[in-house]
Amino acid sequence: MDEGKLIISTSPHVRDPINTRRIMCHVIAALAPVTVYALVIHGLSALWVLLASIAGAMLGDFSMQKGRRLPVTLDDCSALLTGLLLALTMPPKLPWWVAGVAGLAATVLGKQMFGGLGHNIFNPALVGRAVAFVSWPGYFAAGYAKSAAIGIANTAAHKTIQAAVDVASGASPLAAMKIVYDPSTSPIGPGGVPRGIVASTYYKPLLLANPWGCIGEVSALLLILGGIYLVATRVIGWRITVFYVGTVAALTAITGRDPLFYILAGGLLIGAVFMATDYTTSPLARRGKIVYGIGLGVVTWLLRFWSNNPEGVMFAILFMNALVPLIDRYIMPRRYGRVKEAEEAVRT
Amino acid sequence: MGRTSGLLYRIRGGVHPPSSKDLTAEKQIRRIEAPATVTIPMRQHIGAPCTPRVKKGDEVLVGTVIGDSEAFVSAPIHSSVSGKVVQVAPQPHPAGGEVLAAIIENDGEYRRDPSLAPPSPWEDMQPEEIRKEVRSAGMVGLGGAAFPTHVKLSPPREYPIDTVILNGAECEPFLTSDYRLLLEEPDAVLEGMRIIMRAVGARRGIVAVEDNKPKAIKAMETCVRGSGIEVASLRTRYPQGAEKVLIANLLHREVPSGGLPMHVGVVVNNVGTAYAIARRFSEGMPLVERVVTVTGSVVREPSNLMVPLGTGFSHAVEACGGFTEPPAKVIMGGPMMGLAQYTLEVPVVKGTSGILALSWKEARYSEPAEPVCIRCGRCVDVCPMGLIPTYLGTYAHNEKWDLLQRLHIEDCIECGCCTYTCPTKNPLVQLIKTGKAELARRRQHAERRESENRAAAEKSEGAGKDG
Repeated sequence: MDEGKLIISTSPHVRDPINTRRIMCHVIAALAPVTVYALVIHGLSALWVLLASIAGAMLGDFSMQKGRRLPVTLDDCSALLTGLLLALTMPPKLPWWVAGVAGLAATVLGKQMFGGLGHNIFNPALVGRAVAFVSWPGYFAAGYAKSAAIGIANTAAHKTIQAAVDVASGASPLAAMKIVYDPSTSPIGPGGVPRGIVASTYYKPLLLANPWGCIGEVSALLLILGGIYLVATRVIGWRITVFYVGTVAALTAITGRDPLFYILAGGLLIGAVFMATDYTTSPLARRGKIVYGIGLGVVTWLLRFWSNNPEGVMFAILFMNALVPLIDRYIMPRRYGRVKEAEEAVRT
Repeated sequence: MGRTSGLLYRIRGGVHPPSSKDLTAEKQIRRIEAPATVTIPMRQHIGAPCTPRVKKGDEVLVGTVIGDSEAFVSAPIHSSVSGKVVQVAPQPHPAGGEVLAAIIENDGEYRRDPSLAPPSPWEDMQPEEIRKEVRSAGMVGLGGAAFPTHVKLSPPREYPIDTVILNGAECEPFLTSDYRLLLEEPDAVLEGMRIIMRAVGARRGIVAVEDNKPKAIKAMETCVRGSGIEVASLRTRYPQGAEKVLIANLLHREVPSGGLPMHVGVVVNNVGTAYAIARRFSEGMPLVERVVTVTGSVVREPSNLMVPLGTGFSHAVEACGGFTEPPAKVIMGGPMMGLAQYTLEVPVVKGTSGILALSWKEARYSEPAEPVCIRCGRCVDVCPMGLIPTYLGTYAHNEKWDLLQRLHIEDCIECGCCTYTCPTKNPLVQLIKTGKAELARRRQHAERRESENRAAAEKSEGAGKDG
């Protein structure tokens, strides 16, 4: 018997086959349908944004790791996922170089500056987006207008919104976007958005083919299916997403607006399913995740209804990211055997 | 007791590794002969090791006491064969290191020590007498931890025991020894349980079996009919068989941090232990053999064996047709908590529930040089004790002793679920074990220094008075 070759290691001697790369690939797979669909709807310009964003993110990871003389870990697919997520939160008509800079900022500023995978405080994709958004707000605003809406998108409701966006993108596009996406606030926009538009007429386009949002907001349905896939494969838990969306819906309803419209429109779904559930920047314990989800909902609601900025979801997530260490410190899992009376009995 | 009220908690956590039990589940327990020489270590349980009661050249019989100790937390050790002691010397031990052991030449006759006789019927015995009998038979927990059984059966008067749980969960993958006993010897197992119940004065008895063993559950159910003992079917999930998890799931009681099952009125015993106790009372046999599952993909005929203690691992494997290819790793116990062996020249001891041989393909995985964590929270979700393994692992790695204590590292039951589930292959449970050991060492050191300081202070005070 060849005894010299027996491996000695501590238990456990079997492992779950899950690893970091598999997790990242599951998320990428969950995003694949919406990505492909977005490219169909938005065409080439979205493809350039996508490629530039991914290239920027991967270059950022690569150069920082090379520079710090660390092993290059592009093969864990995390930079690819960051670039993809970032692209999906950007307007389809953004200049490609803005997307590239955002991708670079995502991994350099958002991830490697903190020490790399697992050490960052803020969601890297959203850091990249925030950098680009505050640096070139004009490009962001203009990036939404007039996409190549194809057949299924060509409904009356679409035409209404499209007309509003076309006119609005001139003078004060951000405000106009807010008006378009906020039918219950009812003032007449710069170009004369019809009064009293009915939110429910937008359910179907938002679910199936929404050419006015960010690249990844093209179909709420595909985002929801992606989320179901991730929960079913146990890549993410359901708590953050459900409590986030639920809180937004509840607060929206309480303030007298249409909750379903506010769930489907804008970046809430992509944020709640793919951004807020990011491991590194969300709480560890299940109870912490619930608190985090509710916090996200409240901040998003505050920003959407009480600020002049349409970017409710992005800033809500970045803000709550900063609170995660605090949540982790005070909200721990319930420990087994934490029984005061009985513990005293043991001591005596 | 009244302790259950207000403590209705649902215990979460655990993992579901592939069970791999089909290799041996249908294999009837087969008794094997002891090899030409057996090596019986003087340390086979938690607590004080035994001192040898035999020397080179002594003749021994099956059941002759060859090691014992005056300590309470200890159990005597008996010879499993008849023959001659050829040596008493340190030998490799499957739990690591070298341990003093008696090497006995087997004469192959298996003559029984005449002093062994079945005691009077246990129904007529007082609990105290039963405990004495259990101790003299060298009984320890056969689930793997090997805690001396008579100690478990001697709770102080302040902690009345109302329930005995017979642990047949066998949640470790690959192992089937408890399953086979439940299936083949349900009456003896039940008898052993009733002896335990009488010894601790418990009125309630629960046989707990995971629901992936329906045949065993059925066998026990048929057997307990009319006896008042319950059979509980547990959801199949590791570490369902850990004492604290078992008690919480069956009785909704939580063993307090730092406490023992008796603190919530419970005694938990393994199926194998109950069987061995029954045999002591029916045949007078002390603990000289046990069921061992010899298994793994590289074992030619994976089997459940009744093995005389002191039999070398290599001999047990030979009894199963040997290996089909050289194993990469040999483990005593199951794959979740078992101990990797560097040699097969170690003996089967009381705590050997299984011998598991893994192939190169199964045994290989890489561990990171530095603890990496992507904060996925899987380890937190699976920890049955509600701890945060990733923090414990990181703090142990960085030697943050005060933080480890604040996060209750001592509550860790070392089940390894965190490490099993970690996507970055972080050796969490290993880091935690190291941290626990170092903390215990530091605590001892501090206590010793304090007592020395106190002694020195008293001395100088005394000197002052004298002066």
